[in-house]
Amino acid sequence: MLRKRKGASSETSRLSNEDKEKEEEEDESKNKGKKKKHRQEEKRKWNCLDNCCWSITRSPGVKLQKEGLRAKHPVVFVPGIVTGGLELWEGHQCADGLFRKRLWGGTFGEASTGNSGISGDVYKRPLCWVEHMSLDNESGLDPPGIRVRPVTGLVAADYFAPGYFVWAVLIANLARIGYEEKTMYMAAYDWRISFQHTEVRDQTLSRIKSNIELMVATNNGNKVVVLPHSMGVLYFLHFMKWVEAPAPMGGGGGSDWCAKHIKAVMNIGGPFLGVPKAISGLFSSEAKDVAVARAIAPGVLDKDLFRFQTLQHVMRMTRTWDSTMSMIPKGGETIWGDLDWSPEESYDCNTKKHRHNDTDVSSNNEVEGVDSQKETSHFGRMVSFGKDVAEAPSSQIERSDFRDAIKGNNFANGSCHDVWTEYQDMGIGGIKAVADYKVYTAGSVVDLLHYVAPKMMKRGDAHFSYGIADNLDDPKYHDYKYWSNPLETKLPNAPGMEIYSMYGVGIPTERAYVYKLSPVSECYIPFQIDTSAEGGTEGSCLKGGVFAVDGDETVPVLSAGYMCAKGWRGKTRFNPAGIHTFIREYDHAPPANLLEGRGTQSGAHVDIMGNFALIEDVIRVAAGATGEELGGDQVHSDIFKWSEKINLQL
Amino acid sequence: MASLLRFRKLCYVEPVSCPSLGFDSFKDSKTSLEDEGVGVTSNEVVKTDKKRRRRKEGKEWRCVDWCCWMIGYMCTTWWILLVLYHSVPITLPGFQVPESPGTKLRKEGLTALHPVVLVPGIVTGGLELWEGRPCAEGLFRKRLWGGSFAELFKRPLCWLEHMSLDSKTGLDPPGIRVRAVPGLVAADYFAPGYFVWAVLIENLAQIGYEGKNLHMAAYDWRLSFQNTEVRDQSLSRLKSKIELMFVNNGYKKVVVVPHSMGVIYFLHFLKWVEAPPPMGGGGGPQWCAKHIKSVMNIGPAFLGVPKTVSSLFSAEGKDVAFARAMAPGVLDSDIFGLQTLEHMMRVSRTWDSIISLMPKGGETVWGNLDWSPEEGCICDKTKNKYFQASSRNSTQSSNASDGKLGFRLEEPIRYGRMISFGKETAELPSSELQPFNQKGPAQIKHSSSCGEVWTEYDEMSKESIREVAGKKAYTAKSFLDLLRFVAPKMMHRAEGHFSHGIAEDLDDPKYSHYKYWSNPLETKLPDASEMEIYCQYGVGIPTERSYVYQMSPNDKCRSIPFRIDTTADGNDNGCLKSGVYFVDGDETVPVLSAGFMCAKGWRGKNRFNPSGMATYVREYRHKPPASYFEGRGLHSGAHVDIMGNFDLIEDVMRVAAGATGAELGGDKIHSDIVSMSERINLRL
Repeated sequence: MLRKRKGASSETSRLSNEDKEKEEEEDESKNKGKKKKHRQEEKRKWNCLDNCCWSITRSPGVKLQKEGLRAKHPVVFVPGIVTGGLELWEGHQCADGLFRKRLWGGTFGEASTGNSGISGDVYKRPLCWVEHMSLDNESGLDPPGIRVRPVTGLVAADYFAPGYFVWAVLIANLARIGYEEKTMYMAAYDWRISFQHTEVRDQTLSRIKSNIELMVATNNGNKVVVLPHSMGVLYFLHFMKWVEAPAPMGGGGGSDWCAKHIKAVMNIGGPFLGVPKAISGLFSSEAKDVAVARAIAPGVLDKDLFRFQTLQHVMRMTRTWDSTMSMIPKGGETIWGDLDWSPEESYDCNTKKHRHNDTDVSSNNEVEGVDSQKETSHFGRMVSFGKDVAEAPSSQIERSDFRDAIKGNNFANGSCHDVWTEYQDMGIGGIKAVADYKVYTAGSVVDLLHYVAPKMMKRGDAHFSYGIADNLDDPKYHDYKYWSNPLETKLPNAPGMEIYSMYGVGIPTERAYVYKLSPVSECYIPFQIDTSAEGGTEGSCLKGGVFAVDGDETVPVLSAGYMCAKGWRGKTRFNPAGIHTFIREYDHAPPANLLEGRGTQSGAHVDIMGNFALIEDVIRVAAGATGEELGGDQVHSDIFKWSEKINLQL
Repeated sequence: MASLLRFRKLCYVEPVSCPSLGFDSFKDSKTSLEDEGVGVTSNEVVKTDKKRRRRKEGKEWRCVDWCCWMIGYMCTTWWILLVLYHSVPITLPGFQVPESPGTKLRKEGLTALHPVVLVPGIVTGGLELWEGRPCAEGLFRKRLWGGSFAELFKRPLCWLEHMSLDSKTGLDPPGIRVRAVPGLVAADYFAPGYFVWAVLIENLAQIGYEGKNLHMAAYDWRLSFQNTEVRDQSLSRLKSKIELMFVNNGYKKVVVVPHSMGVIYFLHFLKWVEAPPPMGGGGGPQWCAKHIKSVMNIGPAFLGVPKTVSSLFSAEGKDVAFARAMAPGVLDSDIFGLQTLEHMMRVSRTWDSIISLMPKGGETVWGNLDWSPEEGCICDKTKNKYFQASSRNSTQSSNASDGKLGFRLEEPIRYGRMISFGKETAELPSSELQPFNQKGPAQIKHSSSCGEVWTEYDEMSKESIREVAGKKAYTAKSFLDLLRFVAPKMMHRAEGHFSHGIAEDLDDPKYSHYKYWSNPLETKLPDASEMEIYCQYGVGIPTERSYVYQMSPNDKCRSIPFRIDTTADGNDNGCLKSGVYFVDGDETVPVLSAGFMCAKGWRGKNRFNPSGMATYVREYRHKPPASYFEGRGLHSGAHVDIMGNFDLIEDVMRVAAGATGAELGGDKIHSDIVSMSERINLRL
């Protein structure tokens, strides 16, 4: 009642149509072979008519049920950032009557008793809401007198908002082949706090451990299949290290815990090496979306909720969330490229645009291939001040170091102190120093954040690390702050385990930014994306101040695929046991018509959870298949080529 | 809650609108006020007054007086609203609540110490659909039970089909999977606004409880207890959860709070967890001692509930089965066209768990044809329960003084006769009763014209029905024989899971079978001398104890051949009303069933309680809500409403924060449970 479950009504109606239309189905399956050929040749013809039938008749759950697949391995879902619901357990006066109501997710605070007139608490009392969603900016834990806790159970993240599914479609399809509450577990955690803090405050990691052990024990010893999504991928990486670490800091499960309990980790849209979006989110609370929050909840934070200063309020809130720092790009210049070089440099943005523009792509390709040679985007320059700087050869850029620059006096005379963004402490001198450095790579961006937000980064440094390990056997790597960085940890010793990297491709994804100084005013964020910066030619990747590469709209291909394509492939120092890794890419196809909703072939970061091909893969593995049986790698992008270019000692 | 919020919104709006609104728009705000149901009476008074005046003085009145009236009226309502607003705490609208126990104890400095496990009872837990027939399309993971019951009204027959279990196995029918809703949402509210655990949870949260130290052990309450483990592994999950909370909260033992049927479910768990693996949980003999601090049973149905008798026998009673008791109004209406009762019986007879609530202990506990432990009880007492002291005196004195005894001998109530056919039979001396000859299940299916067989009554011949009725009375023991006669299949299924007797020798190896685990008279408590057991229940409400039946005149297909003789009434002060004999209790569970084990059966070291763990009886006298605003009452003793009883909540919280039973004040007794228990001659 409290959390009304919105059933996948459209989904199930599709499913039931299935039964009635068996004849169609048969025809359809005959056509299937043809269709694949057709798809490449005559995309347009196919799209109109067939797509309609396709989406109706082909729910993976029903299909695989007919093939005789049955629930075998218990399934654990690990939701990502912002998709999990949070509810209030203790609050200040202004949050009266919201006890155990959702502050995050659902209708954002609507009292869902059904008959109440409150709708959307965010809109009703925004400042109160911000106050409760923020954490203490010293400790990164609860502020005094406020307890906001994750919603537990499958309801935690099946729908993010009414009608906006996250895990619901997958759950419904798994239920088709016999899964139920006892064989599915949603590892809900408070996604605002750092990974180790979820254990300190809520014992979430212990709970996940105990639940996995229980599910394995009650399902005839069948190991679990873990499905982390987005930040959940890093969280589960942290978990795998935690669970085998000895007791005071870790879970004390022993060095073979993962081997004994986990069959496969099927990462969905995993930002293994971080997300460039996190930089713009932390740096100026903008980007194409306000932080990651906006990426997932479009529309929620767009409105002018706080009359003015929306961005400042959002920044103040998100900067208290340690978890956003887990997604700062990792691996520095080795991975993300330096001033002159980046692994994706030969990437041609135009191919993506033409991708869905049917048949003449192939003919154009050769011509453009030549064009794009001329204008190489410097993706390695994550943040550059001014478009010209972004494009100039590195020798022509004059930079002055900001690191030792003295921060000017506090020019905001007290009136801004309710808004805590740390920019007030910087002063004009500091701001100028930052702008004078002109260009920041993945390595120096971390220093930049240290400079502009020292308090936040001080908190974050205790929990996360962004480097590359030289020697993984160094005892310092026993500290938990390295556990969520795949470049500073070894995978567990579990040769029978499999790791999948499943993500969408074919959507332009933010990779680097062109910034400018904002006009001076009181209480402002001094930097903003220069939205006037546009690429010169058709083929440029620069648009609205943002350089885009291939990816799933949030995570670039490089971050999602590199570890499985190269970093962990075979026996390497990061993967001493030689765990098998598989890359499964899903090419994005936008919904063909309005009826299809968010698409059954979508590759977007969250919508991919409704991608039928992905769901089919998941179900097959859950029912016992191995990666080879799925068909091994399935690659559409240039990930292997790019990975080769990265010079990392393995 | 909702109205409260609306109410507050008004308060905000009102002062703004007062000065700015003109005369015309006032009418609007007035009607909106009426909608809120606040100050309605005063409005009406004003209105009628107004009308009279209007008739008398017509136009003259309009200009000036209207204005004055309005101002006066507005000020009054505004003032009332203001006062109410300031006096309203969170919980209940418009009623000045004495400080909630959570706030009070928080001020005393209590904080969360022991993890708390809540075990819901029958029917209060939500059930949701995981796989269904085509008619249930689109209901995936929607609640079939609990919540708004919307589906029940939309497609009643489909709903019934999905709520039924397989009549052979007592498990899922093929193609249908209905599962318990997990988590705190499972039973915080039963229906919108009808709280079950919500008040307790909210108060616990105030002293620091949250997800990591508060757990709701939801299970499918339709199944027999062992089947919840077989199908869903509910018991294993509960075990693992308790172990986890124990470790995560600094090795603090858990406090378990079971309610209603959850009490015997947890009793089953206590035995299960220490039993060796194939049948039990393999936790070893010290598991309970290590993990459990106390079991605070609320409204425990240890020895069963007489209501089950009527609901199994004829699907009626004052309430239709338990369902009606909990969801008043839901099953009252004629949803299924005709034959609501028959449908209900068909469904509820597939639920094994109901059998667990049959009266246990037979004639020794519940009385025989001539005797019952409650027989000295005066039913008047329940009427004037506020004069408890005097009536108690009279109970005691009446045993001695002949005069009063003589008066009462005119109508000696034989509670032991659980079912009697006809009022006369209920009062006849036992020598004149006919014995019930069980002829075995030699029944002839008397007609196939009725088509599908719904209840097992359809398979009985008229002769055997008449044989059952006759001039007969049944005690708790012979009623079991009767049920075996009228519903052999159900009893066959259920008796594989439950037993209702009294153990002669508890060391007999047969008692290691799980069917005995939920019967306190056939199991030993675990070896955990530091554990505490509380029996917390309401008293002061008339509770069904035994029934007067008659043959149903109606001879149509699929009808139930017996029904309660609602014409049977006792004297003014009699305990018999509409065919039902009442005793003291919490409206569902009689005092005897709730209190006997704690008051006598487990008191001290005896064969049922070999380690001599401490037991406490905590009774809460029922006080009906003083005003409409109080909702379901802050001092209610009714079976479910007691979960909102402030005294009970305070007790639970104190124990959760570390207090022992002795610190709470030991026993707190209002009823005659002690003297009743004395009369029961059970070897301990």
